[in-house]
Amino acid sequence: MNIDSEDSDLLAGKRGPAMQLAMELVLQAARIMGATRLEPVTFAHLDACFYNGQAHIDFAQFCLDHGATFAVPTWGNNGVVSLTHPELYEGHPDTEMVEGARKLLHLYEALGCKPTWTCAPYHIPGGPKFGDQIVAGESNAVSFYNSVTGARTNKYGDYLDVACALVGKVPYAGLQTDEGRMAQIHLSTDEIPEGWKREDIFYHLLGHHLGRLAGRRVPVVSGLPKAATVDNLKAVSTAVASSGGVELWHGAGVTPDAPTLEKVWRSGETHALTRAHLAEAQAVLSSGRDGPLDVVALGTPHFSATEFRDVVTLLAGRKIRPGLRFIITTSRFVMGYIESKGWAESLRRSGVEVIGDICSYYAPGINPMRGRVMTNAAKWAYYAPGMLPVEVCFGSLRECVESAVRGEVWRDAGLWNALS
Amino acid sequence: MKVQGTILNPGEAEGPTLILTEPLSFWGAFDPRTGAIVDTHHAQCGTRLGGHILLLPETRGSGGTPGGIAEAVRRGTGPLGIILITPDINLAVGAAVATRLYGRDCPVIAVAADDYAALLQARRLRISSDGQVSDEA
Repeated sequence: MNIDSEDSDLLAGKRGPAMQLAMELVLQAARIMGATRLEPVTFAHLDACFYNGQAHIDFAQFCLDHGATFAVPTWGNNGVVSLTHPELYEGHPDTEMVEGARKLLHLYEALGCKPTWTCAPYHIPGGPKFGDQIVAGESNAVSFYNSVTGARTNKYGDYLDVACALVGKVPYAGLQTDEGRMAQIHLSTDEIPEGWKREDIFYHLLGHHLGRLAGRRVPVVSGLPKAATVDNLKAVSTAVASSGGVELWHGAGVTPDAPTLEKVWRSGETHALTRAHLAEAQAVLSSGRDGPLDVVALGTPHFSATEFRDVVTLLAGRKIRPGLRFIITTSRFVMGYIESKGWAESLRRSGVEVIGDICSYYAPGINPMRGRVMTNAAKWAYYAPGMLPVEVCFGSLRECVESAVRGEVWRDAGLWNALS
Repeated sequence: MKVQGTILNPGEAEGPTLILTEPLSFWGAFDPRTGAIVDTHHAQCGTRLGGHILLLPETRGSGGTPGGIAEAVRRGTGPLGIILITPDINLAVGAAVATRLYGRDCPVIAVAADDYAALLQARRLRISSDGQVSDEA
């Protein structure tokens, strides 16, 4: 491994023990990945600010105490607790967790991390662009940045994400390289009716199926409409990273690395997506039985402004059923935007709770989350049944909103008839 | 029996072995407070990893793994050392951070599949600082 004099200085401890540890971790990863050199990056999105015990705090404190500084603009993932809604934690029994999670966010801010506290940093202006070499760790952010933005990152786990951001370099391997971004498996969507490809739920179900099919490989999907929205592509990016270990997927003619299928695909394993696959994905994700609802939980990953606009439009001023909780999680940035548009006020009047900084799926503050929960997020539907005492019904955004108004799961017959 | 492994994280350890029959995620499926596997879908749910040389073919990739392993080493609930087939950066990074912060070794060693199969026969294993794994005291 060749490293330059600056890196040698870091390794020798000339900028203190924290920068030395960071350099050691980057080189340790480079050896395991088989990289022969490091590559400079221009941006980082950290996952290590998501509290996971005292070791997380000790690591951040160690960096701060020894004068470590980020080499590139660095943003943070959502926290385990919300700083925008402290009232959620009044009287919370696990004070160690609440205090620890808060402290961790403050430590990273003190280190120079921008307090974005969001798993959907790509909704905030000023982030990376096509072709940029970057650092990311949260699975959906990795998948979105690689696939939809066309920036380049491997999935850097906790501490390594921080180390790379401090050093400003990553091992040059995997998805940072041209060759590592070639597709290894192809899924055609030609058999799916075009009308269904305009439905938001199509992209979640496609992503779920694609993740199971691809495992950890890079897949390319052909036949997606050019009109697919950023929210649609976000849905695929998130679902493939939950049901599978996909960190980059291509949409031929739709995502920036793949202006054509040929650009990312030579030959190999090819599959066709069928209506039966979509129905099967729906059955897996909607693991609960339809019936009276306790909660509607949206915003995994954090809602975009356009997703909020769609909910406001679908609600059309109606109130949600009394006794039901309708929670949408998002970033403080998007919260500010929807406040300025008047959408936040409209949602409050309807009875919807908008919460910043946290995820509605792993968020001790808005637990106990129990009973029958409906969501439009494949990631929520995939993970929650194993981790929370809930029964999950999966549906389109329209189905979620209508069900919240009615207080029980409502199904869009037109949508599902078109699939059978 | 002596096997030469690839050092993912250096260190020394010796103790009784614990063999995992399925891959494990060290975030969500593992509780660092007790060192126990808590994923009810895992065949060895309830098993505590503490005080053992852990043998597992591979991990389930999770970006939260380094925190899980570092916190377990901090609390003394984690494995003494880890031997696997498929190299795992997250385990290595978590163990390295724990060593730096808490001064406790948790060597992580990758070995070839046939060497791994041979190591499964041992009741106790010793990992030395040069990456050798042996069943001799």
